[in-house]
Amino acid sequence: MPVATMQGREIHVDEEGFLTDPTEWDEELAKQLATNIGLELTDRHYEVIRFARADAAEQGETPTLRRMQATGGFPTKELFQLFPKKPAKKLSYVAGLQKPVGCV
Amino acid sequence: MRRLLVLGAGTAGTMVVNRLRPRLPRDEWEITIVDQSEVHHYQPGYLFVPFGTYEPEEIVKPRRRLIKDGVRQLTGVIEEVVTDAHLVRLADGTELPYDQLVIATGTHPNPDETPGLAEPEAKQRGVHSFYTLEDAVALRDAMERFDGGRLVVNLIDLPIKCPVAPLEFAFLAEAWLRERGLRERTEVTYVTPLDGAFTKPLAARELGGMFDERGIALQPDFMLERVDLDEQQLVSYDEREVPFDLLVTVPLNMGAAYVARSGLGDELNHVKVDKHTFLADGHDDIFAIGDAANLPTSKAGSVAHFAVDVFVDNVLRHVEGLPMQERFDGHANCFIESGDGKAMLLDFNYETEPLLGSFPLPEIGPLKLLGESEANHLGKLAFRWIYWHLLLPGRPLPLATSMSMVGKRRPPAPSGNGSSTSPRDLQEVSL
Repeated sequence: MPVATMQGREIHVDEEGFLTDPTEWDEELAKQLATNIGLELTDRHYEVIRFARADAAEQGETPTLRRMQATGGFPTKELFQLFPKKPAKKLSYVAGLQKPVGCV
Repeated sequence: MRRLLVLGAGTAGTMVVNRLRPRLPRDEWEITIVDQSEVHHYQPGYLFVPFGTYEPEEIVKPRRRLIKDGVRQLTGVIEEVVTDAHLVRLADGTELPYDQLVIATGTHPNPDETPGLAEPEAKQRGVHSFYTLEDAVALRDAMERFDGGRLVVNLIDLPIKCPVAPLEFAFLAEAWLRERGLRERTEVTYVTPLDGAFTKPLAARELGGMFDERGIALQPDFMLERVDLDEQQLVSYDEREVPFDLLVTVPLNMGAAYVARSGLGDELNHVKVDKHTFLADGHDDIFAIGDAANLPTSKAGSVAHFAVDVFVDNVLRHVEGLPMQERFDGHANCFIESGDGKAMLLDFNYETEPLLGSFPLPEIGPLKLLGESEANHLGKLAFRWIYWHLLLPGRPLPLATSMSMVGKRRPPAPSGNGSSTSPRDLQEVSL
């Protein structure tokens, strides 16, 4: 499993760069992760990220966009504005969560 | 007398009662199955109806004859599971108490969840689907009139039942257009919310190659917001537009509404269960099996079949207060029609993605995995007979319940920097 060095510490990530241990994440690291993918985080981003992390901790899996809208009240349209093109993937990357598993 | 109550007489529910009736003593257990319909549809057949391969009457049978004697059959609409009172209430007010409940009411297309899809004029504007028999027949008629243009195949979101069906439709349609002499005049586009043709990497790569060979354009990462009927186009949340003359979409699939009313569902009304035993979260006397459950594997008849194998042994112990010993591995096995009388076969589970190689099948011989062959196509067509005569009655099939690695192989990793999963890609390409 690859290890990335960010903000002077070692972070465990998978082949795509997603954190594998959510406890290595903090809100400062989120800034760095966001910069990696060309995003600048606003307060609204943090609201979304905090909900996603809380929900993932409770449910044991990264919330889907549908769940973010249905349970978190974050409209899909807005998530596309906050995390352009690939909101599910980008949100989980910045939030230090596993990429949402597409069910087959 | 103890009461086993099964909701839904589809593939999973029918198998459950037919397998359990001989094994639960009749003087101790009453078994009841409830369904809102008097007929049973062979749902894998819907795919073939638009191409005229099957007539509707070939894939529908009266439900009554498919269920063993000694099982009480009721017709009714389920209103609610009252979990505290351990009873199910039907829409006509009937109350059915249970000692063990099995939810097997599947998952169903919900076009009204997507603006434009459920409008009365949608079909006139070229918006079609094949996920109900009625829709499949309407699509057959629309294809009969189709004279070339833009054919768009779409799925709105996952999970859907038979997740390979839209791919199969695209392959079959492409071959059908060639036969009809319409291929030159038709642009075929596959529009998906996934980042490739399929969820699992190896299958996505192989299937992506098949799209290229057939000249089918792939439009990935497309989250559909609405269907614009006036302009005849799909519009995504990030405002991309895909115009069509004929759209074949798979509406959002959701479990039955009573699941939500009963407090048992996730946000798509699929019952939250333990993925190895199917026991519903927080309830010792409720199981959910088949498409109705929120298992992280394909929603498909093959999964229901393997799941029932595990379930039958488990539930017999569970009702006696013994620990369940069998654990379901998420095994799925699907044929994918690829057109021109060929098909491919996928075999996978929770942990192992579909691989290449061959699938051993006693007496019939090995079938090719993740590659096209005529034998696979014949296997798919033969399955209709197997379904009615072996699967539903609960007779043994020569298929192992748990996935086996025999015959499977991983291809060598692609060389150079073509891998789609390097951290570099994540930053520069994927995200």
